[in-house]
Amino acid sequence: MNKFMIEKGVVLPLDRANVDTDFIIPKQFLKSIKRTGFGVNLFDEHRYLDKGLPDADNSQRPINPDFVLNKPRYKGAKVLLAKDNFGCGSSREHAPWALDDYGFRVILAPSYADIFFNNCFKNGLLPIVLDKASISGLFAEVEANEGYQLEVDLQQQTILKPDGSTIEFSVDAFRKNCLLNGLDDIGLTLEDADKIRSFEENWRNAAPWYFTTSTATTT
Amino acid sequence: MSSKTLYDKIWDAHLVSERDDGTALIYIDRHLIHEVTSPQAFEGLRLAGRLPWRADANFATPDHNIPTTSDERKQGLEGIKDPVSKIQVRTLDDNCAEFGIFELKMTDDRQGIVHVVGPEQGATLPGMAIVCGDSHTSTHGALGALAHGIGTSEVEHVLATQCLMQKKAKNMLVRVDGQLKPGCTAKDIVLAIIGKIGTAGGTGFTIEFGGEAIQALSVEGRMTVCNMAIEAGARAGLIAVDETTLDYIKGRPFAPSGELWEQAAQSWRGLVSDADAAFDEVVVLQAEEIEPQVTWGTSPEMVAPVTGKVPDPAQEADETKRGNIQQALKYMGLQGGTAIKDIKLDCIFIGSCTNSRIEDLRAAAEVVKGKKVASSVEVAMVVPGSGLVKKQAEAEGLDQIFIEAGLEWREPGCSMCLAMNADQLGEGKHCASTSNRNFEGRQGFGGRTHLVSPAMAAAAAIAGHFVDIRELG
Repeated sequence: MNKFMIEKGVVLPLDRANVDTDFIIPKQFLKSIKRTGFGVNLFDEHRYLDKGLPDADNSQRPINPDFVLNKPRYKGAKVLLAKDNFGCGSSREHAPWALDDYGFRVILAPSYADIFFNNCFKNGLLPIVLDKASISGLFAEVEANEGYQLEVDLQQQTILKPDGSTIEFSVDAFRKNCLLNGLDDIGLTLEDADKIRSFEENWRNAAPWYFTTSTATTT
Repeated sequence: MSSKTLYDKIWDAHLVSERDDGTALIYIDRHLIHEVTSPQAFEGLRLAGRLPWRADANFATPDHNIPTTSDERKQGLEGIKDPVSKIQVRTLDDNCAEFGIFELKMTDDRQGIVHVVGPEQGATLPGMAIVCGDSHTSTHGALGALAHGIGTSEVEHVLATQCLMQKKAKNMLVRVDGQLKPGCTAKDIVLAIIGKIGTAGGTGFTIEFGGEAIQALSVEGRMTVCNMAIEAGARAGLIAVDETTLDYIKGRPFAPSGELWEQAAQSWRGLVSDADAAFDEVVVLQAEEIEPQVTWGTSPEMVAPVTGKVPDPAQEADETKRGNIQQALKYMGLQGGTAIKDIKLDCIFIGSCTNSRIEDLRAAAEVVKGKKVASSVEVAMVVPGSGLVKKQAEAEGLDQIFIEAGLEWREPGCSMCLAMNADQLGEGKHCASTSNRNFEGRQGFGGRTHLVSPAMAAAAAIAGHFVDIRELG
C-alpha cells in the first residue's frame, strides 16, 4: 500500500447525499478479477450519457457535460467533497479502487457508511469526517473559486485552505499509523499469530460444534 | 458480572486481542465466499505466498454473476455466454480447488445465493462470528450469529489470519411490539423500520431486533429483517436464539449432531440479551400500525404504506430533504402526490437474498394461483434462492402455478437484484421487486425499482399496478 503523507490538489464537489456504491461503480464492472483499471468507470452512469459496458472503448462514449466530474475546472481533482452517508450500499471494494484509480486521495464528508469507510483505509485513501458546517462552507468556497485546492496533512491532522487558515480533523490512531507507514494489515495481524493460535485452541475446547467437519461433500 | 446484550456476548466470546485504542481482533468461525469479491483476495494470498489459516472454516458458492436461464445453466460453466462472467466463476472454482475450500459449484443442486445457502446447509450457526465479502451478510444474524459484510482486503485478511480487525459497534435495540396484521410481513416490518430511522440511522451500531412481532416470525422471516439491517446503515443485525431457531438448524448438514448437538443447543439457549442489558439506543414500533410498504424513491428510506402517496416536494420544509425528493422523483419519473396504487409496473422480480426462500415463494404463489399476469407487465420472473428451494417449490407445484400465471421460473442466483448477469431491468421501466435496494441503476441502467414483499409483488403482477394485498379476497 502507498504511504500517505501530505496531499494537495483540486477539490471536486459532489452535491448529493446518500451516494451509494452502485453510483460510484456500477455492477457490470465488478466482473473483473483485478484491482486496477476502474477509474475510467468511476460514476459511470452519471459521467457518460450511454450505458457502460466492461469492454467498451470509453474514449468514444458520449460525455455528460453537466456532471461535475466532466467540468474542466475540476480536472485532475484529488480531493472529493461529499455529503452525508457517502458510500452506502454494497460492500464492493471496487468503489474505493475506482476512486483511487481515478486519482482521488482524500474524501471529505459529514458521514460515511461503515464498510466503505473501512475499505478506504485499506487502499491508501483517506476519508475525513468534518462537521456539517465545515462541509457546507467548503462547498460554497469551492463553487465560488475556480481552481480551489486543499492541502491535507495526515501527520498534523490538518487541512490547509487557500486563505492560509486550517481545519483540524480527527483520525483513528491505528489507521493513521497504517496509512503513514503504508503498513499491511495482514502482516500486522500475523505478528499476533501466537495469540490467534491460543485463542483458537481454547475456543475449540469451549465450542467444539463450530469445528466439526460437515457431512456434506463438495462438488 | 454486569449485564450484556447479545452483541456484547458474541463479541466478547470472539475477542482475540484488543489494542488501547479499541481496535480489536475478532476470531471468525465461518467465512462465506462468492465469485465477485474474492478473486483479488485469493490473488493477494498467492502473491504473498500465504495459505488460508483454516481452510475448513470457508464455504463458497457462485451466485452474483451466473445466468438464471435453464438452457445456459444446464451446460455448466461452458454455458455462461458472457466471457467475463465465465472467467470470474471459473476463477472461484480454481481458487477453491487450489486452496482446499468447500464449494457448491454452479451445477450443484445445493448451489444458490450465499445468504440462502449458508443457513440452509447449517453452515450458519448461532453464536458464530461470520463474515462474507457482501453487505447482506447481516442476514445470518437471524440465527443469533454476529455476521458482518466486509470488503475484499478484509476477505484476504480473514483467509490469511482467521480474524477480522474491527472496533466494537454500539448497541441498538429495535423492538417491534404487538402482532402484525394479516397481509403484512417481515419485509414490511423492515421497510417500516428503515422508513423510521433512515438509511444512516443504524450507522455505527449493531441492531438487535426484538419484541413480540419479531419473535413471532419464522427463521426465514427473521432473515428478511436482518438482511436489510445494512439498508438501515448497520453492519450487523441480530435476533435472539429461541426454540424456533434451534428447530430450524437441527439436522442440517453442517450442524452438529448427537451429543454435540445437545451441548451446542444448551449453550445457544443463552444467546439472548440479559433482561437488564443497556442499549445505547432503543427504537420502538407497533406492529399493528405497520401496513404493506412500497418504496417510491431511490433510497430504501423513501418508503410509504400502499395506502399512501408519493410525497410532494413542495410540502417538505427542509431544503436538503426537498432536494432529495425532487432528485428521486425525477429519476423515478413520478409526480409528487401520486397515489402508490396508481404506480404502473412493467416488470416483476421475485427473488434475492431478502425474499427468495420457500415461504416467500409460497406467499407469492398463493396470490397468483389461477390468475394471469397483467398484459401490460412485460417481464415477470421468479428466481428461487437456491437449488434446494427450487426443488422444494417444484415438489409443491409452485413452479406450475407461476408458469400458468405467466411468470418465468428461473434457476437460482442473485439475478435482477443487482443485475450483474443478463437479468436487467430496462431503462425507464418500473419494477415491483422483492429485493433490497432501489438505488439508481441498481436493477439495470435507468431502471426504476419499487421494493415490496413477495405477496405485494405477486399482486402487482396480476393487477399491473400496486394493490393493497389486504383487499384481495
